[in-house]
Amino acid sequence: MFEYCADPKILEGFQWWSCYLTTVKHMNFYTSFLVVFALLAATVPIILVFGFAGAIARRSRFAPLRWLGWIYTSMVRGVPDIIFFLFVPIAMDQGIEYLRHQVKCSDWAEPIRQGNDFVVCAAAKMPLSISPNWVHETYGFFLAALAFAIVFGAFAANTIHGALGAVPHAQLETAAAYGMSRRQVFRRIQLPQMWVYALPGLSNLWMILIKATPLLFLLGVEDIVYWARELGGTKTSRFAYPHPDWRLGYFLVLMVFYLGLAWVSEVFFERMMKRLTQARGMSEATQ
Amino acid sequence: MSCVQTFADYGFRALGIGERALPKTDITLCEQVVLIGSGMFWNIYFALLALLLGFVAASLVAFARNSTRAILWRPAAIFIFILRGSPLFLQFFLIYETFVLLPKVGFDLNLGFVDITVETRWLTRAWLGALIVLFLNTTAYTAQIFYGALRSVPKGEIEAALAMGMTPNQINRRIIWPTMLRLAWPSYTNEAIFLFHATALVFFSSFPAWQQKGDALYYASYFADKTFNPFVPYPIIAVFFIAFTLLIILIFGFFQRRLNRHL
Repeated sequence: MFEYCADPKILEGFQWWSCYLTTVKHMNFYTSFLVVFALLAATVPIILVFGFAGAIARRSRFAPLRWLGWIYTSMVRGVPDIIFFLFVPIAMDQGIEYLRHQVKCSDWAEPIRQGNDFVVCAAAKMPLSISPNWVHETYGFFLAALAFAIVFGAFAANTIHGALGAVPHAQLETAAAYGMSRRQVFRRIQLPQMWVYALPGLSNLWMILIKATPLLFLLGVEDIVYWARELGGTKTSRFAYPHPDWRLGYFLVLMVFYLGLAWVSEVFFERMMKRLTQARGMSEATQ
Repeated sequence: MSCVQTFADYGFRALGIGERALPKTDITLCEQVVLIGSGMFWNIYFALLALLLGFVAASLVAFARNSTRAILWRPAAIFIFILRGSPLFLQFFLIYETFVLLPKVGFDLNLGFVDITVETRWLTRAWLGALIVLFLNTTAYTAQIFYGALRSVPKGEIEAALAMGMTPNQINRRIIWPTMLRLAWPSYTNEAIFLFHATALVFFSSFPAWQQKGDALYYASYFADKTFNPFVPYPIIAVFFIAFTLLIILIFGFFQRRLNRHL
């Protein structure tokens, strides 16, 4: 980074630190904080879509769809999220490769599962083995984000389902009495009113989502936990910047980052709740 | 090999009893079910002990948080904020690293009839180290739930108890604490379920599984790696977790009815 960093061995004090903290690996560490925000930005819209789909399915008049919605929203209560995070990416990966294999290599005679191996033809590999590294990484990130969206979508569906039910019935009946169709009542009355009831649950969900982001590391994404372990580990004198085991320090930095994120979110949601309840003339006691 | 034989070999593998080597080739469905089931021992061990210890500690922290004395409520608030505001996954890492850095020493503890040597090395083992992390985590979450309930205890009940001539201590024990439990119980049930699910993280984060004695997820992911087929081990572990989650709901429902039997 700086010119005097050319020979790290002779550096001391402030200069050593300024060089140490600006190495290429540290720059990767700093940008990996963006991975956390990228995951949040990528998953939140999908979570809301899944949440709405699940909630609407649960309220459907068509029984099988209702059961499907119920299964989707109940499964996250019975099974730890970490199991979904491990299962969904690999299951999706194999599922996609299986389908591509069926389409592209229909003349392939051997079975796909050979003992402990999962073998598809080269053309069916996803992504193709000749693709550059960033494609592989992006694909992995995409699958991880999908796993997050499926799990948290189910939580959101629970909340939205409850919130839709919490809208006062008299209002819906009044709207029906005015001659609105079922669809109109839903769009014009129920949906806009629902938000204030859903907000406490959704803000809680956001907090849980933030705290689940370090699990990305377990899915093989190079996130902040990965870099903290990488950089913090003991560096012998063969390295340019030798130091003992500093992982504790790096994890403390991550801890402060997450505490800050939690604190900012808490303040934000408090303000938003105040606004929503004021605008509607509701006291907070009714929440 | 019959399934009965498999059970004899691997039924208590998670405790280190039975066959030492894990199955490597020709893995049968029976082996997967038995080994993952044996791993559930650790999940239940962590959940049960952390919940029991956490319940007592959380009651104390909640009363401290509700206190008007700054020396009590401030530390309680900070404790709750730090443990609720940061990911459990990082707490595992952080505390494990701290325990690893501790000097390796032993303390002799005289229990009257036996002398046992308490070693700091134990802290780096999952059975103690991870238990401490889970205990602290659930204490913070439960304390927050209890604190919310404490604030909603009806003033009238406390005033009535005062009028009856109860001492503050009696009021705390006989009026406030039971009412707090009654109000907090549904949320506390949720916390118990979350904690039980969180136990799946123990061997997956930082605590090494010593001699391959791990929890259910440790074995499930072992099989998924070996067979490269996620569609068998993960549904098995899911069924185990669903069964025990239903059991938790049942047990907590029983207490819920006992708490509210006068209503």
